[in-house]
Amino acid sequence: MSDAIIESGNVAAAMAVQLARAEVIAAYPITPQTPVTEKLSELITSGEMDAEYVAVESEHSAMAVCIGAASAGVRPFTATSSNGLLYMSEQLHWAAGARLPIVMCVVNRGIGAPWSVWNDHQDAISQRDAGWIQIFAKDHQEIVDSTLKAFRLAELTHIPVMVNYDGYYLSHTYMPFETPEPEQVDAFLPTFEYKHALNPERPESLNTVTLPDARRDVKSIQRGGYMDLRHNLHEEMRLAIKVWQEIDQEFQKVCGRGGAPIIDPYRCDDADFVVVAMGSLANQFRDVVDRLRDDGLKVGVLALQIYRPFPNSIIAEALQSAKHVMVYEKGLSYGYQGALYGDIKSALYPYPSRPCLHNFIVGLGGRGIPTESLFQTVKTACVQDEQMSPAQADEPRWIGLQL
Amino acid sequence: MPDPRFKILTSASTSGPGDAGRTGSWRVERPVIDMDRCIPAKTGKHACHLCWLYCPDNVVSKDLEPTIDLEYCKGCGICAQECPAQAIEMIPDADFIKGADRE
Amino acid sequence: MNPGGLDYNYEDWTTIMNMTAKTSVLNLTQEEFIYPGNRACSGCGLSILYRIGLKALGRDCIFVVPPSCLTVMQGLFPIAATQMPVLNCTFASTAAIATGVRAAMKRLGRDTQVVAWAGDGGTSDIGIQALSGALERVEDIIYICYDNEAYMNTGVQRSGTTPQGTLTTTTPLSGKAEASKNIPAIIAAHNPAYLATCSASYPLDFHDKLLKAKEIKGLKYLHIQTPCPPGWGCEERMTVEIGRTAVETGLFDLYEIEDGQMKLSGPSQKLLGKTSLRPVREYLEMQVRFKALSDEQINVMQAEIDQKWAGYRDTF
Ligand SMILES: Cc1ncc(C[n+]2csc(CCOP(=O)(O)OP(=O)(O)O)c2C)c(N)n1
Ligand code: SF4
Ligand code: SF4
Ligand code: SF4
Ligand SMILES: [Mg+2]
Repeated sequence: MSDAIIESGNVAAAMAVQLARAEVIAAYPITPQTPVTEKLSELITSGEMDAEYVAVESEHSAMAVCIGAASAGVRPFTATSSNGLLYMSEQLHWAAGARLPIVMCVVNRGIGAPWSVWNDHQDAISQRDAGWIQIFAKDHQEIVDSTLKAFRLAELTHIPVMVNYDGYYLSHTYMPFETPEPEQVDAFLPTFEYKHALNPERPESLNTVTLPDARRDVKSIQRGGYMDLRHNLHEEMRLAIKVWQEIDQEFQKVCGRGGAPIIDPYRCDDADFVVVAMGSLANQFRDVVDRLRDDGLKVGVLALQIYRPFPNSIIAEALQSAKHVMVYEKGLSYGYQGALYGDIKSALYPYPSRPCLHNFIVGLGGRGIPTESLFQTVKTACVQDEQMSPAQADEPRWIGLQL
Repeated sequence: MPDPRFKILTSASTSGPGDAGRTGSWRVERPVIDMDRCIPAKTGKHACHLCWLYCPDNVVSKDLEPTIDLEYCKGCGICAQECPAQAIEMIPDADFIKGADRE
Repeated sequence: MNPGGLDYNYEDWTTIMNMTAKTSVLNLTQEEFIYPGNRACSGCGLSILYRIGLKALGRDCIFVVPPSCLTVMQGLFPIAATQMPVLNCTFASTAAIATGVRAAMKRLGRDTQVVAWAGDGGTSDIGIQALSGALERVEDIIYICYDNEAYMNTGVQRSGTTPQGTLTTTTPLSGKAEASKNIPAIIAAHNPAYLATCSASYPLDFHDKLLKAKEIKGLKYLHIQTPCPPGWGCEERMTVEIGRTAVETGLFDLYEIEDGQMKLSGPSQKLLGKTSLRPVREYLEMQVRFKALSDEQINVMQAEIDQKWAGYRDTF
């Protein structure tokens, strides 16, 4: 293990990509992702990294280059943020449907209009149903480790993986982290293989028009139609939860870090009140939890590390003993409520014990999230919310509005 | 290497004839070659073969006496139109079916 | 009944073939790369091009194809009508996907040709950004645009290359008001390694331009006028004849641009020696899509062609 490095989150991501030996890098600048792109082009130009750098003219093309490279059996990487992610939306669905093992870092940022370069999670949330695995890192070390593990996950499952980390809070802050030795990564991450890699010696036509119903191939073997392929994607994405846990164990053996691939609970064991959050916000809550504990409230925070596939049973079981669950999130399904909140609510429905649920929307477009306001809202919710009607409790509450 | 627990179903197609079935059934008229007029047939030397060159559906042979695969010939008539010797005539397919009935 | 065929005797043809192409019908390979029984319409110009083009490209190729008639022609899962490896891609991304495949080939140390093959819509409209990017980056790919002058796969809607006055399902009654985009000129402004225009009616010319393109490094762009019977409103048997008429009337020119120099190719070059060309009206009257053109519009078109050729005669 190398000594601790103090660098930005974006550089941490680029270092992981270098260690993963990605071979084709295509990216387009967008704040706050840009330094990842710059760092990778610098590493490649200086010869420190052996890869092709393609300076594409858009994010749609960035993902296109990744799709082309992966389909030909070469490990690609790209990174983006916000509108860049939305601009490649069509390609995201394509990559998932084609079962391409692509890894992408998404440096989370609010989406326009109006323009905002600051952090929230709406970019990732809006692409929730694209068929990508979505991981959320909450510190620099997790950016490194999750990115490395994401390559393994994508290549085992043939499902593309998005590693999310918060714009500015993580991308531009300097924090210590460690990187594994190249030999350790090589032992952990074998060479890239795509099951249907384009090859003139075994010609196949990929992503052909697919009929609603099953059809016989040239050897008279019945092959499923569109719906069957999509069912398989769904089933195997569910199975990816297990594979992600296994990968975490392998990674722990090689690098000695890990242990919380799905959820990362902090002081939750005896907690009556559990806060759920994703990304750096979950780490921010640890101080809040400590203070509330000092005040005698049994509070814990549970970080959700993987959002799609949604680990519904793991999360529902983890929340069984809580009386109240407070979901704090930086994105929502407009016209309803927080997307994560809705997911947690439905995950709990089949279980005998359903804690009271509370939904808080915070930090959109970079609105500051003072630890003090988190402390106050949790505390108030713990003490007062029992008097709320079910309809009132189910409405998201916006924290820190300045209307 | 994908995990063996994963089937990874994709739309990867392998090649073979007749994706659209027997496209000969699309035909209204069928090309019939008069070997007495056809240049390579008449001269016994490879020449012309424009019907082979232009056939969009690759159903004409490049033989001295060209043959047409009627299972897949769509009956476009390009071969007849382009034949410099006017050796190909487009004849209604129905005529052949009627002929068969009479026998 | 061979009305069009009457104008051409075999000797004429042999001459034309020889002056346009090194490859002749006689030595063109009999190896086929696409199966019969595919879903292209009867008399499809694209089918001719694809079939002959693949003979030039050979097996060491990977195709990148956006949604278009070619997508359908190449086969529906799990059957491929084509014997080539194909990566079907989203509409706007053809040249970028080809870039990714090319980058992968470079990593793998393979010389495999990467061939993007798109329609006029996929090239001149939605795909032009990715294509412009690939041109600017000097990607080492062959980009083929078969121009059937409308969105045929979705049922004959206007595209950027649809000629003025053409009837399509989105330019009904009076035809398209605007002039078409000159895509080869837009490509030429990027200074590509090689640019050629071709016609589905001259498949051997296309064949040999592809042979040439294969030997050149950088982005090679081929733009092919491709008659389409249902989209153009003509008899299926007329596909080759119509494309030929477009060339012989001087409307659609076959040329190459290398090192910034434009050179007319055989069939168009031959027209330089003629004092007058076939009137464009002959071409227009063969197709229902031009029914809405007024005499005045046709006269304007003719005047433009005459002027263009007067210029060619001065230049070449
Ligand atoms: C993003 C997107 N928009 C629209 C379409 C619908 N679409 C499919 S093919 C096509 C037209 C293709 O036209 P062209 O490129 O000229 O090829 P042709 O069908 O004429 O061969 C359109 C509009 C699509 N598949 N994807
Ligand atoms: S085009 Fe006519 S003359 Fe030439 S080979 Fe075919 S049938 Fe014979
Ligand atoms: S050119 Fe048309 S009619 Fe002639 S053989 Fe081919 S498909 Fe049949
Ligand atoms: S619509 Fe036109 S281009 Fe498309 S398959 Fe039919 S003939 Fe060919
Ligand atoms: Mg078109």
